[in-house]
Amino acid sequence: MSLQPENTAAPGRDLPSALETVQAVKSGKLSAMGVTEAALARIAKYDSVLNSFTDVTAERARAKAGAVDAAIAAGNNPGPLAGVPFAVKNLFDVQGLPTRAGSKINRDSAPAPRDATLIERLEAAGAVLVGALNMGEYAYDFTGENIHDGPSRNPHDVTRMTGGSSGGSGSAVGGGLVPLALGSDTNGSIRVPASFCGVFGLKPTYGRLSRARSFPFVFSFDHLGPFARNVGDLALAYDAMQGPDPDDAACTTRPPEPASPLLTQDIGDLRIAIAGGYFQKNVFPEATEAVTRLARALGATRTVDILEAARARAAAYVITTCEGASLHLDRLRQRPNDFDPAVRDRLIAGAMIPGALVDRAQKFRRWYQAQMLELFESVDVILAPATPCVAPKLGQANFVLDGVELPVRANVGIHTQPISFIGLPVVAVPVPLEPMPIGVQIIAAPWREDIALRVAFALEQAGAVSAPPARGI
Amino acid sequence: MAADPLDDYIDAVAKALALPVADAWKPAVRANLEVSMRLARLVDEFALPDEAEPASVFAA
Repeated sequence: MSLQPENTAAPGRDLPSALETVQAVKSGKLSAMGVTEAALARIAKYDSVLNSFTDVTAERARAKAGAVDAAIAAGNNPGPLAGVPFAVKNLFDVQGLPTRAGSKINRDSAPAPRDATLIERLEAAGAVLVGALNMGEYAYDFTGENIHDGPSRNPHDVTRMTGGSSGGSGSAVGGGLVPLALGSDTNGSIRVPASFCGVFGLKPTYGRLSRARSFPFVFSFDHLGPFARNVGDLALAYDAMQGPDPDDAACTTRPPEPASPLLTQDIGDLRIAIAGGYFQKNVFPEATEAVTRLARALGATRTVDILEAARARAAAYVITTCEGASLHLDRLRQRPNDFDPAVRDRLIAGAMIPGALVDRAQKFRRWYQAQMLELFESVDVILAPATPCVAPKLGQANFVLDGVELPVRANVGIHTQPISFIGLPVVAVPVPLEPMPIGVQIIAAPWREDIALRVAFALEQAGAVSAPPARGI
Repeated sequence: MAADPLDDYIDAVAKALALPVADAWKPAVRANLEVSMRLARLVDEFALPDEAEPASVFAA
């Protein structure tokens, strides 16, 4: 492995992990400035193909890197993420940039006066923001295609989707442009691109990480979380971002519960099961193969049925379209022609759902949560597909699932939606199948991100999961 | 051909909400509404007790 900062030749192959970067920067083998310049050079070289970045904050990044190097020179602790470059989905407020949230309309907004909480926390830990990332319009998307900015492209085959809506996050990390990125996940928007782009993604428990100063989509389900190329980096970023935040009404008041120190704990005592029923239907063979491989690696043989998962997905769909419509109602009235028509027409339909049915969906949600909490009394971890298939081709409108032709855009998340619906923590892990990777969800009980991360780490140590080098660039 | 009742519903709600819906958008809006209503019916069919509380979050 090379730690040469000028190495931009092999994205994802020789990219140092975040942890290796921190060690090298702290020990003086590398400077934060050198690491930052290397990241900027990789972005300049490869992003014309990947289209993962919408903004590159080069001057800001150089200033931050200089401050990290100065702190080290002064003998101060530069933080647990010293010199690690990262980028954020463009629905995070970045001071000085309009928060476009994948839209045409929002780029007319005033520049954000302050960074999102999670950016502040990563930078307080020494990380270096290098830019903002492409995404599906207003996060109402599973493809990573954006009508205004063009599609983000899959680093393993640039003719394929990244998945969405955090498409740029999956592409930038999968392509090795940055070791770390942030995204959002309402119904699967971290887990889907993690699956398609072959990287690790963490959707924490609902309320675990602050959403303050990020552009919302569905308050009931919105989560923020990290993408990385290995479990250690994922946990490192997650730990740096934890903690209460009065600026997000849903953010927990629990103190931080660091997961990094627990990764190496033995998992032999964990009860691991495979999601049956709904989660074994509507899948292509590669999704079944990925789950089977991981179950075998973990010695998991028990299958559990998640009751009413199809109805949970339906309820998530209804609440999403209604809350999304509420959020955008004024924009739908005033600037309907500036939306992606596919997003606009879904939101208009969402505005027309009778309120009584939405309330019923929220009541069903409580019932479903109780069933799942009961299930977690007899199991610690559930394995399920992250996506029903590997990344479809860009522009592919439909696929055939269980003999039924369905739109890709609305159905890629059928296995993620019943999980985020009740805010369970999930690590999406990449199974490096050929020619395209695919993800598996490692699902744990609320507030037990540590368990999901430990299982992911054990699978990584066993060689069952890994982020493959970018094959398409 | 008789108008689809859903078209009438779309027209009425659009008017009530002051939402512009161009004729060209209506087929897509209707298709989306049909999917949403089909899924909403799936939820609606699930019997819950009167005491069932919604899961929306509020803390006083």
